[in-house]
Parts: sequence; C-alpha cells; structure tokens
Amino acid sequence: MTPAQLTYSLFAGIGAVLLLASIVGWALKTGMAKGQPNPTIDNLNARIKAWWVMVLVIGLSFMFGKPGVILLFAFISFFALREFMTLTYTRGADYLALAAAFFVVLPAQYILVYFGWYGFYSIFIPVYVFLILPILEVVTGDTKRFLERMSKIQWGLIICVYCISHVPALLALNIPGYEGRNLLLIAFLVIVVQSSDVLQYVWGKLFGKHKVAPDVSPSKTVEGLVGGVLSATALGAALFWITPFNPWQAALMALAINVMGFFGGLVMSAIKRDRGVKDWGHMIEGHGGMLDRLDSVVFAAPIFFHLTRYWWNVAAVPG
Amino acid sequence: MPTLDALCAQALCVFTKALTGARMLWIGCTPMATPRVYYANHNSHGDFALIWACLPDDLRERTRPVAGSDYWLKGKLRTYVAERVIRAVLIDRNPETRTEDPIKQMTAVIEHGDSLIVFPEGTRNTTDEALLPFKSGIYHLAHACPDAEFVPVWIENARRVMPKGKLLPLPLLCTLTVGAPITLAPGEDKDAFVPRTRDALLALRPPEE
Repeated sequence: MTPAQLTYSLFAGIGAVLLLASIVGWALKTGMAKGQPNPTIDNLNARIKAWWVMVLVIGLSFMFGKPGVILLFAFISFFALREFMTLTYTRGADYLALAAAFFVVLPAQYILVYFGWYGFYSIFIPVYVFLILPILEVVTGDTKRFLERMSKIQWGLIICVYCISHVPALLALNIPGYEGRNLLLIAFLVIVVQSSDVLQYVWGKLFGKHKVAPDVSPSKTVEGLVGGVLSATALGAALFWITPFNPWQAALMALAINVMGFFGGLVMSAIKRDRGVKDWGHMIEGHGGMLDRLDSVVFAAPIFFHLTRYWWNVAAVPG
Repeated sequence: MPTLDALCAQALCVFTKALTGARMLWIGCTPMATPRVYYANHNSHGDFALIWACLPDDLRERTRPVAGSDYWLKGKLRTYVAERVIRAVLIDRNPETRTEDPIKQMTAVIEHGDSLIVFPEGTRNTTDEALLPFKSGIYHLAHACPDAEFVPVWIENARRVMPKGKLLPLPLLCTLTVGAPITLAPGEDKDAFVPRTRDALLALRPPEE
C-alpha cells in the first residue's frame, strides 16, 4: 500500500471503532439508563463525542502534512501551557518570564522542529531557556518564592512545550525504507497511548477492584492498569504494518509507550491533587482540559522519539 | 449586514475568549433578560470585556458597562470602543466637573429595560487586597431602581492576564462566577446594603492557597 492508502485505511479503522463506541454509548443510554440522566454513561458519551472531534482535527492536520501537524501541536502546547500556568503560583514580577514562555519560547521551539534542527531544538529549552529564564526573573528584583516560581515555569515549559514537541519531531526522522510515512509514526504513538488510556478506563470500570495508587488517583486500579497496558500493547503489535518495526519490536515499543503513559498520568494527577483540582481545564467535554487528555502523551512522546531515533534513524549522508 | 460596530464587538468577544478561555459559571442564577446590575471586582482594563464577552449574545446586546469618561474619552480609538462597540454608559467621576448625575444616567438604562455592568470599588484594585471597600453609589443606584437585581460576578485571574502597566496580555484562563441576585430590602439603609453586596461578591471567590 502507498503511504496515503495506509493512512486512509488507518483512519477508516479508527472511524469504525468510534462508530462502534457511539453505538454502544447510545445503547447504554437508551437501554440501561432509559434516557434518564446517568453521570457515568453521560460522561462516556461526552468522551466519545470529544473523540470524534479530536480524530477529525488530527485527520485534518494530517491532510496539510508537516505544516499542519506542527501547527496543531503548537496550539496543543499553547493550550496545555495555559492550563499549567493558570494553576501555578506566579507573581507580577513573573510577567516577563511568562510572556517570553508563551510568545517566544513556544513558537521558537516549533519553528526549530519544523526545520528539523535536532541539534538545537533538543537543547534549546533544557539549556538556553533554562539559563535565560532565571535571568529574566532576577532582573525584576522580586525574590519572594524565587526558586519555586522559576522552577515551575521551567517545568511547565519542559512538559507542555518541549515534551509535546517531540510528537511532530517524529516527522524528521530518516528511516530507510520508511520514507514518506513518518505521519504514521505519529499515528502509532497517539493511537497506542490513547487506546491505553481508554482500555485502562474500560478494564477498570469492568473489573477494577484493587486501587493501584489510592492517594494519587483513586480511579486507577491494578486490573485497569494490567488489562489496559497489555491490551494496548497487543494493539500496538497488531499495528506493526504502519511502522518500521516488526511485530515484537512494535509490541516492545507499545509497552514502553504504555508504561510511560501510565506514570505520566499518575504524575500529572499528583500535581492536580496537590493544587486541589479535579481537572486541568474544561476545553474538552467529558475529558477535562488539554493536559488531562495529554498527560500520558507528554511522558511517552520523548521516550518513543529517542528509542526510535537511536535504533532506526540514519543520519542523512552529506553531499 | 452586520455593522462595523457589531463586527468590532464580535471581534472583541472572540479575542477575549480565545485568549483567556473565559468561562462564566452561573451558580446563583440563570442568564435572564430582566434588568440587572452585574457588579464585579475590578483588577484590569480587560474586566469589561471579560464579563461582556461571556454573556450570552442576546443579553450582551442589552447590557451596558458603566465606565469613567476620564479614561474612555481619551483618544479616538478608546472613544469609538466606548461609545459604539461596548456602548458604555460614560460617567464623569469628578463631582466638580460633572454635568450629569451618574445615578440618573444609570437609572435611565435600567428603566429602559437594559442591564448594567458596574465596578463598585470605583477604581482598579492594584493593591494586595482581594477587594477594596465599595463606594456608596451601588446603594444610591439600588435606591433609585428598587426592582433591579444586583448580581455579583467574581472575576478570577484577570489581574494575572493584564498586570498593571503592561500592554500585552498573558494567555491565562479566567473564570467568572455569577452569584445569586440581591435586591434592596424595604427600609435597608446604605450601611447595611453596601457591605451586604460586597460580602456576596467575596463569597464567590475561590479559596486561597
């Protein structure tokens, strides 16, 4: 199959899964809930509806190729950073650092990713911004909770901009025999990590008994975790045909993605819990905020990027 | 064909909401077209735009911010925005130079069946206090319009979006919480009504860390 045919069949498959989910959701609503309000079923249906929108948006960005995908993830980073900084303690003196984060660092990182300048975009935020932000903070002379304020802005930038930008960075990998198909690498990552979230939710709702982290995220169960991660890993293996991996390589990659994704969700939940909120925001009906939907992608993307880059990427031969 | 004024108004709403992701939580009442006085805490120049942008379209067309003419009549752009886009009720805050009674100006709007947005602190709060003491104008307005509902609206985060003296707003999420309407009780005097409205607004404030 050509890359375009692969992409179309993939999206057709996702559409079929969503259609099935919508039918199940509708059956639950009319059958089990008899059309009456039911928080769990209504939330499930809101989530399914939001999934349609998210798949549509991703599909649309794929149609525009690299610029479309870069733009999409730049906006995703923007929404995520906005949610993160809203829940973070800042003072008037942080204005300059925050303005720089939103209006300079974020666009710059995505422009660097667009031009595929790996040597710079991989150190831009961890080195340059890491050192320049405290300078922007210290010139204001406000020392109150200085280390805390500075660290939080940096952590927000790493999570919301640096980590997320590794999703579109997959486009620039040069994998022999896989030319022109890098969009599918993004699809693989997103499908595996999101289906892991969904399957953990489903397994947990059906068989969940033993809480895995009661103090951090009371809704996560051992049954959900094991069932979700294993079935999403199996799904990853079954998707090997869209990747440069063979089935067992795809399974191991999916496993790495799923484990990172799970702990990403846990870490981001711990922050929410500490801040006393249930969701990061309210952008996505039924899911919460952008970061609620993305917590697992954030942790999985850079690891997936580097594993793939280390073993499969071949530097373009000069000349 | 929408007019230029209406287009500017629409653009202002879209921009404000896109930047701040503002949400209005109606926890004390529902949006209704009865004459109301929405009163809010005042931290930034964006406060008008926030409340105004978050109101449902049909209510927004019938809701007019009350603003100081000393600020809004400076320069052509500000004047245009104040008079044509947000259709502000411009009042002169200086009793010395004033030719019209502000309470009469506001009462006329309420009697016409429209609603108002007011900031009873009288000026932008740039202190560390959550809310400044209210001016007595809110009582005089209630006295002149005994049927009008006074609806508290707590604006969270606007100060971080536009700190004092900064031109470029930061994209941070704002939440507007709308409380239960208050009306002047029979025989209630200024010293009872003014703190009552202030406490009702403070009660909408999310807990501090």
